[in-house]
Amino acid sequence: MLLISTVSWTQEQVKDSILPVNLSEVILIGKPTQVHQKQAKPLASLDEYLQQSGRIDMIKRGGYAWEPMINNMATERTIVTIDGMRIFGACTDKMDPVTSYVEISNLSEATISSGQEGSCHGPTIGGSLDLKRLRSTYSELGLSGSLSSGFEFNNKQRIIGGMVHYKDSSFYADANVTYRKADNYKAGNSQEIKYSQFQKWNASVISGYQFQNKLIEGSVIFDEANDVGYPALPMDISLARALITSFKYEVAPKSGLLNHWENKLYYNTITHFMDDSKRPNVPIRMDMPGWSDTYGYYSKGKTKKDKHHLLFNVNGFYNRSIAEMTMYPSDPDENAMFMYTWPDVRTLYNGIYLEDEIEFSCHNSLKINGSFGFHQNKVANEFGLESLQIFYPEMADQQNRFLKSISLQYKHQVKDWFFSVCSGYGERAPSVTEGYAFYIFNSFDLFDYIGNPNLSNEKSVEGNFDIRYKTEKIKTGITFSAFYLPDYIIGIPDDNLIPMTIGASGVKIYEQLSFANLIHSSFQCDYRFNDYYSWNTKLQYSYGKDAEKRNLPFISPLQYQSQIQYKKNRFQTELNVIGNATQTNYSPFYGENRTPDYAILNLSVGYTFKWYSQKLLVNAGVENLFDTYYSTFTDWNNIPRMGRNIYINLNFSL
Amino acid sequence: MVLIPITQIKFTMKLYKIFFLFALALITSCSSDDDSTPVNELDGIIKVKEFTNDTHIIELYTSTGTTQQGYNEISLRIKDKTTNNYIQNATIEWMPMMHMTMMNHSCPYSTVEKETDKETLYKGYIVFQMPQNESEYWDLKIDYSINETNYTVTDVIDVPATEKRVVSSFMGTDNVRYIVALIDPKNPKVALNDMTVGVYKMENMMNFPVVNNYTLKIDPRMPSMGNHGSPNNLDLTQSASDEFYHGKVSLTMTGYWKINLQLLNASNEVLKGEVVTETTESSSIFFEIEF
Ligand SMILES: [Cu+2]
Ligand SMILES: [Cu+2]
Repeated sequence: MLLISTVSWTQEQVKDSILPVNLSEVILIGKPTQVHQKQAKPLASLDEYLQQSGRIDMIKRGGYAWEPMINNMATERTIVTIDGMRIFGACTDKMDPVTSYVEISNLSEATISSGQEGSCHGPTIGGSLDLKRLRSTYSELGLSGSLSSGFEFNNKQRIIGGMVHYKDSSFYADANVTYRKADNYKAGNSQEIKYSQFQKWNASVISGYQFQNKLIEGSVIFDEANDVGYPALPMDISLARALITSFKYEVAPKSGLLNHWENKLYYNTITHFMDDSKRPNVPIRMDMPGWSDTYGYYSKGKTKKDKHHLLFNVNGFYNRSIAEMTMYPSDPDENAMFMYTWPDVRTLYNGIYLEDEIEFSCHNSLKINGSFGFHQNKVANEFGLESLQIFYPEMADQQNRFLKSISLQYKHQVKDWFFSVCSGYGERAPSVTEGYAFYIFNSFDLFDYIGNPNLSNEKSVEGNFDIRYKTEKIKTGITFSAFYLPDYIIGIPDDNLIPMTIGASGVKIYEQLSFANLIHSSFQCDYRFNDYYSWNTKLQYSYGKDAEKRNLPFISPLQYQSQIQYKKNRFQTELNVIGNATQTNYSPFYGENRTPDYAILNLSVGYTFKWYSQKLLVNAGVENLFDTYYSTFTDWNNIPRMGRNIYINLNFSL
Repeated sequence: MVLIPITQIKFTMKLYKIFFLFALALITSCSSDDDSTPVNELDGIIKVKEFTNDTHIIELYTSTGTTQQGYNEISLRIKDKTTNNYIQNATIEWMPMMHMTMMNHSCPYSTVEKETDKETLYKGYIVFQMPQNESEYWDLKIDYSINETNYTVTDVIDVPATEKRVVSSFMGTDNVRYIVALIDPKNPKVALNDMTVGVYKMENMMNFPVVNNYTLKIDPRMPSMGNHGSPNNLDLTQSASDEFYHGKVSLTMTGYWKINLQLLNASNEVLKGEVVTETTESSSIFFEIEF
């Protein structure tokens, strides 16, 4: 009996949208999947998984901790959450996006929502990426486990991991550990990329107890990376550590006002030690540690009344971000030079999100959602406040603002055709860096950046258009998203200021352009020839210009990806081409140069061995088969990407 | 897995520090001398030395308990040797003098006035533009009168060189010798600091009056960090309320700063000092701050 209730529970969680097509893109990671969804490289990093999305591009500063952009918008314009929890990186140089503090073994899937579709988790402009924890609510009763190991020849990456699941009628627990260690990788033509090594270990536990129609669940992720090099940056990290904890209480009332009610309290703390001790020649030695602690909650409920599917989410967080810089003069008798690059900024947010999806018939629906929140920044450190007052003598220690969003989406289905039109308005607060940076050096455009506490909200007016066609054999679609961004926040050079960093070419202050425009479009087509062969193609193209008609940075040229798969019984193989056209709309004003076109070829094979209940999954492949030397438009300072790489992944499950 | 966030450790460290300072304050206040004068008379100042003649003991105080090269704010009080009382109605003049091997000279100094909110203290300042050395020294002659009776006392005063440059004496293009002395910031911060400087000219060996209506341009730099500067500094001009020159110096980080100077006369002609450029790393006149 209890088992049945569990199953229906999970089904309810999955069945979210009314029309069979959900606009959010879902990337399956660790979730037990059907054979055709199996990955060619199961032990790929989370970054590699995310890269498969048509909306995500990863900014790469080396071999580790890539920064996801959604619709060509980076961290400050998007939100990344883990099961709805807000987390903020502790690095002023964006070495530690939230995605760097989790492992694929922690996660079941990643949901990418574009623009205001993603505002359920908080104010955003570009969209949201929600990473779902892996829990064994899906698996069978009893104890199970798996061991995995991988090796990549290019950078000698060693991967080893293990998972244990236990589940009975009312209780479940999952624990896993993963360790990765890599040396420097080699770009095409065997050119070694110095300072691209990394080492990371990750452990997580999640456990829940179900009684009646209630569920309590606790979750802990501990992640620690050491000795991580960033070849595209002047500094590396000796330590990046995260502790991510949460406690959840969920109810599925059988009657009454709500169908589903979920409450969570969470806390996470991040420690980040950035230094240049491994670099032989630096103009000056420095340490730049940073800390970020976040306390948060949300309470999310769902209900259905007649044609209305209602959802609310009340959420809030309190974050404290501090970063320091200490420079050591060559004369040891001289005092060290110290400053706060993030002056202990406390951010408080409390907001409410409401959504109503009105189902006119089984073929069309209208969704209205909106949010309203209060956002406060406070500089808690007197030293830091006085530092910023050098630039803003009148600056108060506190800035308050309200953030609003609204969006309207109409979905319509005619036979195998599916259409969606969406328009929205959203606002975001400036990030800690944009508001309070104190001489943060950006190695991309070689400018020192100063924050601006007087920035107003950046706004977004967006329009989305989506057409899909789906039959047994073919699945294809076009998405088109356009953003008009008034009060666009970006660093603008101030010629009156002298840079602090040795070798910097100037100082930029975060200012607001009257507007910027961004368009992101993608095309996708999956075709199944027969039960064994399938072919899959993706195209992506973006456009971005600021108010002065200058190109915006990190805007995608034509990107393509095409793969042919063959699957029969326990065997699968895949050939895949990935490439870019030349980036012609690059942005010299924002420090970019032209990136030439490239194309690489990848090949993989996989086979599943089975003995009784044990299974051994073997995957092997070659990436960048022809050892092409290349870099893409998202590679920081044109750092070349990995050359030929042969990998083997093993997964043994009991 | 017990993880104490570093920030929390810092916080507890801070608590310890506060506790420690508090304890220190208690101990020092308990052990302070049992003089009859109200304790607050000597708040924030420490005795440097006593000058003695037949009738009086003259106590000299500064905020640090020492005198040194550069600008010195000196408080003093006069104790009657017979009654042990502090004199409240004296008229005081002083005259610092440097005894060099070839000659004697004085330096810029103020008059000595009764401190407004104090009963027994008198105050003035002296700018020692040179430090003492093995054979050359400073003394201070104090002439005072109490109820129409004149007294005098002279004694040696200790003027060691400062580690950082806080006073500069130079010949201007107008062939006048000038002295500039750094007064503020005394406790520099990473902030826009108020800056105060005294600007004097040497009329002769004994007279160093304040010059009026000049401008002192500043350009703070960090030589050990590519000689970078700082923004939003305000050049120093003379204020109406006192004779000093006031402006703002912005220090964007702790460490060693060189405050490059240019002295301009009332018609804005540069009398001394150069603009800092790629090739000219430093002006010929400057102050130094390290914190
Ligand atoms: Cu960093
Ligand atoms: Cu510096």
